[in-house]
Amino acid sequence: MSQESNMRRVTAIKNGTVIDHIPSGKALSVLKMLGIDGGMSNPISMVMNVPSQKMGGKDIIKVEDRELTQHELDRLALVAPDASVAIIRSYAVAEKMEINLTDEVVNVARCTFSNCITTNPMEPLPHRLILTKREPLELRCRYCGKNQEIDKLVDNLL
Amino acid sequence: MPGLITMDDLTNEEIISILDDAERLLPVAKGDTYLPLLQGKILGNLFFEPSTRTRMSFETAMKRLGGDVVNLGDVKTSSVVKGETLFDTIQMVDGYTDIIAMRHPRQGAAQYASDSAQVPIMNGGDGAGHHPTQTMLDLFTIRQAHGRLDGLNVVLAGDLRYGRTVHSLSHALVRFGCNVTFASPESLRMPEEIVNDLKAHGAEVIETTNLLEQINNADVIYMTRIQKERFPDEDEYAKVAGAYKLHARDLDGAKENMIIMHPLPRVDEIHPSVDATRHAFYFEQAFNGVVARMSLMCWLLGVKVPESIAGGGSE
Repeated sequence: MSQESNMRRVTAIKNGTVIDHIPSGKALSVLKMLGIDGGMSNPISMVMNVPSQKMGGKDIIKVEDRELTQHELDRLALVAPDASVAIIRSYAVAEKMEINLTDEVVNVARCTFSNCITTNPMEPLPHRLILTKREPLELRCRYCGKNQEIDKLVDNLL
Repeated sequence: MPGLITMDDLTNEEIISILDDAERLLPVAKGDTYLPLLQGKILGNLFFEPSTRTRMSFETAMKRLGGDVVNLGDVKTSSVVKGETLFDTIQMVDGYTDIIAMRHPRQGAAQYASDSAQVPIMNGGDGAGHHPTQTMLDLFTIRQAHGRLDGLNVVLAGDLRYGRTVHSLSHALVRFGCNVTFASPESLRMPEEIVNDLKAHGAEVIETTNLLEQINNADVIYMTRIQKERFPDEDEYAKVAGAYKLHARDLDGAKENMIIMHPLPRVDEIHPSVDATRHAFYFEQAFNGVVARMSLMCWLLGVKVPESIAGGGSE
């Protein structure tokens, strides 16, 4: 199936953000990471598990009438580091953005280790996860030193 | 200010230099010579978890060097029970003291405190994380017995999963080129991430469930306590833990200069019959906690230990 027909599974949007090349099945996690839920008024379209030449299968999300910021997009590095992002204005791609996986992920998610000092929500220092490996993704808590359970990090978003 | 949170905070050269200083401080630690190198300095002892040896040896170390100590006291009666954060506690003690020794049930607490404080933090144990000041005294003891740290066969035995002492020590041993063998029950094996780290450093790591087989080849056997509460029931504990006990009769084929160490307290993993053998080193080890911490505090506070100390110098 062509790239074009994939994109036509949902209507083209006039203004907003398109996030493509999300690993298959991770679209719901991406929405969660972006803080997008049913309480918002702007339309969201999502397709999951569509064929992709590059990835085998992929998910796509379109958020209408909202341009996601670089800071918001960088949070996605934890679940969809290779996603491609386009800002759409008047049905045309106005800007392409990249997701940056930085050497340290600060205040995005809480450490997944249950006995880490940072599990006390009153402790004020930032949550700091150090990147130790990009492929496959490995992060280590700056404080307790534990390797993070990447799948669980989505539940620990701040 | 730099403290000691994990052994990664020290280079091998720094470790050796601190151990050399410690050796010269022995007569001061024994009380044969008075040398108030840290006069006017105050140590904050923050033990959020019970401790006998570590807390007392920090206190003794500071007092032997002419400094003073303030204690958090019983956690049950401190502001911690009122819900004070570690950050706030550290802000307060940071202002009162020149250096802090700390033990906390939560892993990562020492690094967290260090990021919150101006004064150096010494990690006296954080959850099942690290216990680097214990490692310093362990290295001191091994070097004292063998005259070197490199190329020794060290067997770490017992609870390797939850024992923070063996986590810090195994990292350090590998850095000095020791061969490490982990002897533990299946359920209490050394955490995978630590084994992987050690292998990444080029170490050959042997894992086994049979301690007795390892005795004859060992230069050091480092015993730890297996706690009953790690097992579902008493029978299971008795069955498993029984294989990680040493009796004098097990040591017949041991090398002449093999030493047995234990961070203490022991329960029954080292039979009293071992105490009278030439291999028993755990009480020397406990004493060395004072001298190793004296040397470490001088180093962290930037106080130079004199090259020659009246009263004997090194052993």
